[in-house]
Amino acid sequence: MKHIIDDEMIEYVGILAKLELSDTEKEQAKQDIEQMLDYIDRLGELDTEDVEPLSHVLEMNNVFREDVVVPDDIKEKMLDNAPAQKDGMFMVPKTLEQIS
Amino acid sequence: MGKQYETVIGLEVHVELATKTKIFCGCSTAFGGEPNTHTCPVCTGMPGALPMLNRQVLEYAAAVGLALNCRIPPLCKFDRKNYFYPDNPQNYQISQLYLPLCREGSIEIDTVQGKKTVRIHEIHMEEDAGKLIHETGVEQRDGQTQEDDIQEYSLVDYNRAGIPLIEIVTEPDMRSAEEVTAFLEKLRRIIQYLGASDCKLQEGSMRVDVNLSVREKGTEAYGTRTEMKNLNSFRAITRAIQGEQERQIHLLEEGKAVMQETRRWEDSKGESYGVRSKEDARDYRYFPDPDLMPVVVSRDWLEEIRSRQPELAEEKLERYRKEYQLPDYDIGILISSRHLATLFEETTALCGQPKKVSNWLMGDTLRLLNERGMEPEKLGISPEYLASLIRLVDEKIINNTVAKEVFQVMFDKGVDPKQYVEAMGLQTVSDEGILKQTLEKVIGANPKSVEDYRKGKEKAIGFLVGQTMKETGGKAEPGEVKRLLKELLDASV
Amino acid sequence: MELLGWTAVELGARIKAGEIRVTEAAEAVLNRIEEKEALYHCYLTVDRERVMAQAEQLQGRLDKGELTGSLAGVPIAVKDNICTEGIRTTCGSRMLENFVPMYSAGAVSCLEKAGMLLIGKTNLDEFAMGSTTETSAYGVTRNPWDISRVPGGSSGGSAAAVAAQECFAALGSDTGGSVRQPASFCGVVGMKPTYGRVSRYGLVAYGSSLDQIGPITRDVTDCAALLETIAVHDSKDSTSVKREDGSFLSALKEGVEGIRIGIPGDYLAEGLDAEVKAAILKAAQVFKEQGAFLEEFDLGLTEYAIPAYYTIASAEASSNLERFDGIKYGYRTKEYKGLHQMYKKSRSEGFGTEVKQRIMLGSFVLSAGYYDAYYLKALKVKALIKKTFHQAFQKYDVILGPTAPSTAPLLGESLSNPMKMYLGDIYTVAANLAGLPAISLPCGLDTKGLPIGLQLTGDSFQEKKLLQTAYIYEKARGVFPLPKERK
Repeated sequence: MKHIIDDEMIEYVGILAKLELSDTEKEQAKQDIEQMLDYIDRLGELDTEDVEPLSHVLEMNNVFREDVVVPDDIKEKMLDNAPAQKDGMFMVPKTLEQIS
Repeated sequence: MGKQYETVIGLEVHVELATKTKIFCGCSTAFGGEPNTHTCPVCTGMPGALPMLNRQVLEYAAAVGLALNCRIPPLCKFDRKNYFYPDNPQNYQISQLYLPLCREGSIEIDTVQGKKTVRIHEIHMEEDAGKLIHETGVEQRDGQTQEDDIQEYSLVDYNRAGIPLIEIVTEPDMRSAEEVTAFLEKLRRIIQYLGASDCKLQEGSMRVDVNLSVREKGTEAYGTRTEMKNLNSFRAITRAIQGEQERQIHLLEEGKAVMQETRRWEDSKGESYGVRSKEDARDYRYFPDPDLMPVVVSRDWLEEIRSRQPELAEEKLERYRKEYQLPDYDIGILISSRHLATLFEETTALCGQPKKVSNWLMGDTLRLLNERGMEPEKLGISPEYLASLIRLVDEKIINNTVAKEVFQVMFDKGVDPKQYVEAMGLQTVSDEGILKQTLEKVIGANPKSVEDYRKGKEKAIGFLVGQTMKETGGKAEPGEVKRLLKELLDASV
Repeated sequence: MELLGWTAVELGARIKAGEIRVTEAAEAVLNRIEEKEALYHCYLTVDRERVMAQAEQLQGRLDKGELTGSLAGVPIAVKDNICTEGIRTTCGSRMLENFVPMYSAGAVSCLEKAGMLLIGKTNLDEFAMGSTTETSAYGVTRNPWDISRVPGGSSGGSAAAVAAQECFAALGSDTGGSVRQPASFCGVVGMKPTYGRVSRYGLVAYGSSLDQIGPITRDVTDCAALLETIAVHDSKDSTSVKREDGSFLSALKEGVEGIRIGIPGDYLAEGLDAEVKAAILKAAQVFKEQGAFLEEFDLGLTEYAIPAYYTIASAEASSNLERFDGIKYGYRTKEYKGLHQMYKKSRSEGFGTEVKQRIMLGSFVLSAGYYDAYYLKALKVKALIKKTFHQAFQKYDVILGPTAPSTAPLLGESLSNPMKMYLGDIYTVAANLAGLPAISLPCGLDTKGLPIGLQLTGDSFQEKKLLQTAYIYEKARGVFPLPKERK
């Protein structure tokens, strides 16, 4: 096993992914990521020096819509799904940035 | 003797494009509206919803790129910028990192040292975030208000989420607040002329982030920069630049390091503070958005966009000099707003006399705009009416004083000046018979002045002219009144 | 009941002929569900009243002659990661336990337009991440052929429902084999269309560049009919392709002469169960007997498809699943201090282990310093794989191989060895990476009595040729049995 994922890395990825793993899950995640990375390393065997990365398999471009208003009235149904709402808006914990 | 410092400034300018609909869905971009009424599954990040690019966004963005002398590569793509924040419904923003629409442009600005080029690094398209409203309130639990449950929270409105933006990123080519202001004013004028945005700082349709660092004069390397946000006026930008350069110099003088960070400007306090948190990793994990297809920009398409481009301010400046022989001062004011310039051109086309048209626009128009606190764009005067007013004066149907009054009514209520003059009976009293009757009345009522005049006091005639104007309700031509008065007084000696 | 034994197209014809009423068919399916669900647990949501009301309405429209399609009135099940307006859509996750979409997916709108009767929402691996339907937050689905075994996944509920006669057809979604592999394990037909053939609008995204909705049916004819119904251009999906070649039923002609079939040698190599291999070779022989040109060839890059697939799918998933944040919909934790803790706790409690692992991996491969080495590299390998297939299709019309290396594993067996589970996708992921259409159809039973799936892969947008080839095999093979009835 070549890849070592340490606690710090798991913590960091947890911040990015907004996940807080239990200790068992953390150990499992470490193992899982290490194992997958070792496996993914196999791709390194292929020479891709002159290969263009392919994000779309379809050779299509310029897919547009015209600038025409399509009215939609989803407000009520949308807010029905919200865990917390007030005055027609989604309610969330305070977002004002931390002052340093 | 302290060290000499130089300030290095680059800008990131976000401009809301003037499309009718959002960048990736058919929701209206209209300002205002009840919270969350201009929303659909796409702009609220519902599961399974997909973006569809608004063609007009691309055309506006490309038009701005062309006007800023950018290179527009044949291919551009959208990328996802991943970060969690409640105003960001998908928790990723669709933006452009790897292949932005425009690169390597420039704007020439006038500075105290003369002309200077500010280079544009890139222009890319992206979607705006929603609006957060911060409140402190009492939370309800089980329908009962709990005194100890007072807490702070934020409310999210996604009406603005998905409004198209372009982000214009400059090279660090500016050295002072004056240069920044000159750059922004010019940029704003260009974009307004293109009709791509109204670029209002206060309303947020133009938002400026200032990247600033200081370095010892003569050094090549840049210092560590900070990014200043929340700048809602030219004044705030100027103050924030001054404040930040002082803060950084102060740190350096004390032998401390400037930290690379984002700071928020509080204009009311005249100071800024750092806005970072350990949960802010600033690792956006950009990758190409698999939901959107690449955009291929053909030469033909660019030419088409270019051909639709209106005459920009710089081009107008040259033409006004040649075509209308106006002084540069007049031209500067007229072209400061595309609307004003258009009004000028259309009026002149109807009645000629560019200088007279210009005088109306620079004088009474600007004065009234100021008094009413209006933007020139909101000006409702039609070129037909303004031309008609100028003709009424030329043809001596009304005098200048009356014309000014008529203009004000026209400005406020949009009336047809000719109809108004007729309806209100404001025509100049030009019938000599009627005028003479009035004069005789005035002469009879002011024996003292008549005597003074006859004694050689030329000034006394002024008083009599004034009295006559008053009698006619200002509708007489003062020159004519004076001539006739003299005639009458001199004849009856 | 005899009715339940008909195919979707047969039922559709009889409904159209007025021999069967939609309400009768609905009633029969609902009763069957009631009888079998305790055993198989194919569905997450079935609303009997709603279904019956809908059936009445559809019958009314049929009576008025408003519905003329071949599948009008036919009960269909939809995987629960495909949005249905007004009907809870959970993605098999606690995160979306109470989410009711305010819109229907493009494909669902197509079903409605065709007058099909939506019977319910089927179980799946959470957010379609898995190959067994065991990662669902709402319990496992059991394989109707052997209830100690998994139905495959992630569209396990859909495949099991078709096999168990709890519906006449179903929609699944396929990101790395999630339609074809459960179809293979359950002895039914499953197809992943060409990327762009079916609208992805309203399909809750897993790997956006790989996802495609596909039909799961009893036979190839039903598959063609259902594909014809859902393969419609959607102006809400930028990756939806406008095409004029969507009359797939008309492609079902006999006569295989001139068809060139290639069998990749790497697909028959180590790792393939001997019984599966024998069944595949036997199926190949059937084609040969029918007059097809058949040869083994070296496709190449097979072993790289899975690492490339997991890199791309995890990366895209990590971004696609960011929207589940406890703000607009879905699960929000009860106790939290501040915004970031709310995010973290809601997501950690709302998502299951497998989903969290993939989000972690995906976030890692996209993070600063690793993007080029992993994500970009995987996109380059994807380009190579697409090229490899492109070259193969210069020589062959269809590529033949197994759908999965083995038949259905026992419940619990796969999750204990995730790497082995990932390797189970070895024959299916390439079609997703290259965007190609592929179909799985049953080609035999192993000695345990479990179905074996034959996979045929076609060139881009060559669904007609692919369906025709599958149809010929099916005709030659004869009727495939249904799983034995059990109490």
